[in-house]
Amino acid sequence: MNDQPLIYFDNAATSQKPRQVIEAVKDFYENHNANVHRAVHTLSQEASELYENAHEEVAKFINAKGMEETIFVRGTTEAINLVAYAWGLRNLKKGDEVLVTLMEHHSNIVPWENLSKINGFQVKYAQLNRDGTLDYEDFERMITNKTRLVCMAHVSNVTGVMNDVKRIAKVAHDHKALVLVDGAQSVPHMPVDVKDLDVDFLAFSGHKMLAPTGIGALYGKRDLLEEMEPFHGGGEMIREVSFDPKTKRSIIKWNSLPWKFEAGTPNVGGGVGLMEAVRYLKRIGMETVRKHEEMLTKYAMDQMEQCCDKVEIYGPQDPSIKCGIIPFGFEGLSSHDIALFLDNYGIMVRSGYHCAQPLHELFGLKSSARASFYIYNTREEIDRFAEVLKEIEQF
Amino acid sequence: MGPVEEYVARTDGTCGKDKDVIVTFKYGKKDEVAKKIMRKAKVEKSISNMIFELTFKGYSFRLYASGKTIFRDLKDKEELNALLSELLT
Repeated sequence: MNDQPLIYFDNAATSQKPRQVIEAVKDFYENHNANVHRAVHTLSQEASELYENAHEEVAKFINAKGMEETIFVRGTTEAINLVAYAWGLRNLKKGDEVLVTLMEHHSNIVPWENLSKINGFQVKYAQLNRDGTLDYEDFERMITNKTRLVCMAHVSNVTGVMNDVKRIAKVAHDHKALVLVDGAQSVPHMPVDVKDLDVDFLAFSGHKMLAPTGIGALYGKRDLLEEMEPFHGGGEMIREVSFDPKTKRSIIKWNSLPWKFEAGTPNVGGGVGLMEAVRYLKRIGMETVRKHEEMLTKYAMDQMEQCCDKVEIYGPQDPSIKCGIIPFGFEGLSSHDIALFLDNYGIMVRSGYHCAQPLHELFGLKSSARASFYIYNTREEIDRFAEVLKEIEQF
Repeated sequence: MGPVEEYVARTDGTCGKDKDVIVTFKYGKKDEVAKKIMRKAKVEKSISNMIFELTFKGYSFRLYASGKTIFRDLKDKEELNALLSELLT
C-alpha cells in the first residue's frame, strides 16, 4: 500500500476477511444460490438450510437459546433502529425515559432522539469520568422507575474501554427497565454470553468480525420478540395475508421468529459469510482473541509512549480495561495529518470523531486518530508503527 | 477538461471540528501532480522526499507521496478549485 507493506490498524471500522469466509460466500453463489423459504426445489432447500444454519451458529456464538432469538439485519445500526421502531414506537410514551451514555456511537443516540420527537419521552445521558470511563454511580442513580430502556455500548468505539454491562443490567432490571447493548466492538473481540450478561437486546455487525458487509444480528429475548410488532413489512415475514370481504381489509398473520423481523429476500450470501466467520473465530477461541488483543494494546501503548514525546494517548491508560482500541493525538498535528502521514507509510488508522462527537467534546478534542487491532495484527507491525511515529516527530 | 477534472480523483471534507479538506489525486497522475505543485509552491519542510509542508500565495498545505494533499482554512469549494487550478496548470 503506497509502496509499503500494508499495516491495517482500522479494525474498529471494519475487519479484513479470511480466505475461508470469501470462499464460503463464493461457494454459496456458485453452487447453492436460490431464494430461501419460497420454493420446493432442491436449490432453495439448500439455500434455506444454509441460512438457517447461519442463524443457529450465530445464536450459539453468543449463547442465545436458538435462532428464534437471532434476527439477521444489515448491521448494528439497523438492529438498534429495529428495537427503536418495533419496540420503542409502541412502548415508549411521554413521561418515560431512555437512558444512554455519553460514550455512545451516534447509532445508539440518533434513533432514540428521533423517536423521542414522535413519542415525547425523554432521552437522558449518563455521565463519564474525565478519562472516558463510565461513572457507574451516576449511571445507577439515573436509572429510576421512569426509565424504560437503558442503551449502552459494551465497548467504546473511541477509547476501547469495556463497560460492566452485567452490573448495569441488574440495576436496570430491578427498576423494570430493559437493556439494549451495542456489541459492535465487543462481539468480534471477546467472549460474549447474553445469558450471563442478562441483556434484553444485543446488536452487532458481521463486517467487524471477519464477515462481509451488510450482515449483522440482533439478539432479543424470545418473549420480548414475540410481543413486538415487525419493523418492516413485506414478504417472508408473514405467514398469511387474506382478504376479508366484509371489512375490505387484509388479515395478516406474522411468520414465526426470527423471520417475522426479516422482511423481503434476505442477505443469504452475507449470512453464509457470517456463519463461516463465526466458525473461524470459534476455532481460534474468543478467550485467545481477547488475550492477543490485550497483549497488542499494552505493547502498542508502551511503544507509543516510549517512541516520542509528542504522542498523547487519550482515555484510560490501563490496557487491561481496554479492548484493542487506542485513540491518540500528536502535538502540532491534526488527527487527519496523523492519518495521512501514516497512510504514506502503508499504515491505515482512522481519524475524526469516529461517529462519537459527544465523547470528543467531553475530552475537549477537535478529533482523534485511532489505532485498532484484530487477530491478524502483530507486535512487528506495532514496532513499525512506533518507528513511523518517531519519524513524524522529526517533521 | 480543466486541470481539476484532469488530476483530482476525489475531494473530502474531514470529520471533526477541524474543517480540513483532503484532495486525492488520480493515482496514475500523482507523480506528475507532485512535480507541478513542487514547481510552484515553496517547500518549507519535508521528510525523506515523501511528505512536504508547502506554502503558496499565503496558503499552507501538505503534499504526500501517496498522492494526497490536506488544505486548511479554505472558505469553500470555489476557493479550493481556484487554488488547485493555479497549482495544477
